[in-house]
Amino acid sequence: MCLAIPAQIVEMRDNDNALVDLAGVRKEISLALVSDVAVGDYVIVHVGYALNKLDPEEAAKTLALFAELGQLNDDTPTVH
Amino acid sequence: MTQTRKNYVRPLDLKHGQVDMAHGSGGRAMAQLIEELFAKHLGNEYLAQGDDGALLPAPGQGRLVMATDCHVVSPLFFPGGDIGCLSVHGTINDVAMMGAIPLYLAAGFILEEGFKLADLARIVRSMAAAAKEAGVPIVTGDTKVVERGKGDGVFITTTGIGVVAPGNELSGRCAQAGDAILVSGTLGDHGMAIMAVRESLGFESPIISDTAALHSLIAAMRASGADIHVLRDPTRGGLATTLNEIAGQSQVGMMLQEKALPVNPAVNAACEFLGLDPLYVANEGKLVAICAAADAEKLLAAMRAHPLGTNAAIIGSVHADDHHFVQMTTGFGGKRIVDWLSGEQLPRIC
Amino acid sequence: MKYIDEFRDGEVAVGLAEAIRREARPARRYHFMEFCGGHTHAISRYGVSDLLPDNVKMIHGPGCPVCVLPIGRVDQAIRLALEQGVTLCTYGDCLRVPASDGLSLLKAKARGGDIRMVYSSADAVALAQKHPDKQVVFFAIGFETTTPPTAVAIKQAAALGLKNFSVLCCHVLTPSAISSILESPEVRQWGTVPLDGFIGPAHVSTIIGSRPYEFFAEEYRKPVVIAGFEPLDVMQAIRMLIRQVNEGRAEVENEFSRAVDRNGNLKAQALVGEVFEMRKHFEWRGLNVLPYSALRIRRQFAEFDAEKRFPLDYRPVPDHKACECGAILRGVRRPQDCKLFGSVCTPENPVGSCMVSSEGACAAHYTYGRYKDV
Repeated sequence: MCLAIPAQIVEMRDNDNALVDLAGVRKEISLALVSDVAVGDYVIVHVGYALNKLDPEEAAKTLALFAELGQLNDDTPTVH
Repeated sequence: MTQTRKNYVRPLDLKHGQVDMAHGSGGRAMAQLIEELFAKHLGNEYLAQGDDGALLPAPGQGRLVMATDCHVVSPLFFPGGDIGCLSVHGTINDVAMMGAIPLYLAAGFILEEGFKLADLARIVRSMAAAAKEAGVPIVTGDTKVVERGKGDGVFITTTGIGVVAPGNELSGRCAQAGDAILVSGTLGDHGMAIMAVRESLGFESPIISDTAALHSLIAAMRASGADIHVLRDPTRGGLATTLNEIAGQSQVGMMLQEKALPVNPAVNAACEFLGLDPLYVANEGKLVAICAAADAEKLLAAMRAHPLGTNAAIIGSVHADDHHFVQMTTGFGGKRIVDWLSGEQLPRIC
Repeated sequence: MKYIDEFRDGEVAVGLAEAIRREARPARRYHFMEFCGGHTHAISRYGVSDLLPDNVKMIHGPGCPVCVLPIGRVDQAIRLALEQGVTLCTYGDCLRVPASDGLSLLKAKARGGDIRMVYSSADAVALAQKHPDKQVVFFAIGFETTTPPTAVAIKQAAALGLKNFSVLCCHVLTPSAISSILESPEVRQWGTVPLDGFIGPAHVSTIIGSRPYEFFAEEYRKPVVIAGFEPLDVMQAIRMLIRQVNEGRAEVENEFSRAVDRNGNLKAQALVGEVFEMRKHFEWRGLNVLPYSALRIRRQFAEFDAEKRFPLDYRPVPDHKACECGAILRGVRRPQDCKLFGSVCTPENPVGSCMVSSEGACAAHYTYGRYKDV
């Protein structure tokens, strides 16, 4: 459900809005649901709102997990 | 030397004027509209004859191809083009895809009462430029006006005639198992250019429509000597729809390689935002070519050498299939079907 | 596109597929439900099933808000437009859902209803601001991802003092849907739906966090792995689920750690709590009436509640007798098992909810996987 995409904030705008960019396509969206975001951050955008900030370190960790060849007694994956 | 006053007729107010019912009524106002706007910009020896129809030379050898297209695009002006040049390109392409050399166009206009003359002038000038660049004159036309609220500004219908030399005929029925499938450039530009400027969506994007007349590209493709079986332009419904049509007509199946499909990164991004699939988005300046496998590379080279084919690519192949499925190996490695569209693709949130 | 393309890399997929093949015990069969329509879509669109070993099967769940939206609610939206003359703003997804009397929102538009597609709830508010003479109603559907944007819109309308804006609230809750599946007799008592674990929704979880799923893992002893929407995310989550099953664990794990944490988006949750409260009952298409499964607008914001502003009683509409959507949504049947699939019920003429949305199990199978049946 919930089509949402990670896009980068390129400009802050009035009224708690920001301009995000995805490969050159730009849209003004609302930051009403997030706090502490700045130009350069990536946010998950859904129906014109930023839902969350994307964590680049976690993204890198996840990509590294994909590449693990993996044996049966592998590192324990992230448990929350 | 005295200038003959033209019977005390006030020239059209192209800056602030609007279309009114009189412009369609066949009287002086309509004649003025035709003379000062249409004929002035579209002018050629045929229109200058001033008759209700154009007297054209009979073709020598070969057969006639005729095609017609109605244009109702909204918005009328979009990045990369407008309804005017779109209507010229679209019909030229339809004729050319049959293997014919486009020769003449006719244009019918349904104008809405209240439509700004300035906009109409802009559209007509654009048509004139497109026709001139393509070398295909608009030789006859018609104008009607409908009441305010019964039109969308302007609707344009263009009809084109061309001649196809014996042996050059093309048809969607001619794809054969083993053939290669090529596309002349990036997919989805036109549809996304329109979508991006539609008021309610508010995207800023660098995407521009690819609207273009493709007959010179086709001539270059022919000149390569490649054994071309099918040509078609993937307009409404996108590449997927066109390939499904051809698969059905030729009674074959197709297999595409997703990695080979040329798509502008901005088009991909806009599709991601809206949940759309570029395979189903309209193109107005691209063609699909299906040719004998042995000639694929030769044809590709000829396309890439032409300015309208710089991003041409071989995207798949035809094979025998009783179900006429168009399938695709995804960039991810798995397979999927590329089916007919059900209704128009709409932006989604889910 | 950063954070998208890397998660679709076909070469990495080959490695992951191999890892899954090695971890899945050959003698065992694994059945996982991907709850969320976005995951169903990703699996179909990228052909992920082709990369899984034969003993690992995916079951499609009910996480598609359009699929579970009852016809009666679409009827309400249509009535608002045709009978009350409102300007009805809706997301694109709802436009073609077939409702009563052969209508849909799109068809109602053809009949003269002022029905507008919007990308965002903010657009609906802007429309109301721009046209103070029109009554604007926003048709609010969606799970927890889409609810905070509606909350913001209502608060914005309140701050602007708009007198012509209201919301038809049909927001539903994910945990309730998961419960209804786990409580279904096929799963709980009879074991006819073998269900070894869930792939948890991606974006819903950015809002609610991973904590709400802990209950299901503990109570029903089923592992849950929250996964991002890209195909590599889905494969990694499947690998993690297989591992849990092999090790006899039933925990909540988070593959989508780049956007989800245990607590979720507290700011969004607070906004939702301020504007909405739970309904005691709500009808879900295919799942019947579920308790505490949906939201309505709180009294303090009653003036923005379309159900209070307009005379709008809710009339339930039953599905076609032969329609198997309910069973399909619960994972009990597959699209191919339904007598109507592909003959009477197609994407052009959808009979049930699973065919309506492009993420519905039936639509996904028809559009992407049908060729495998022939």
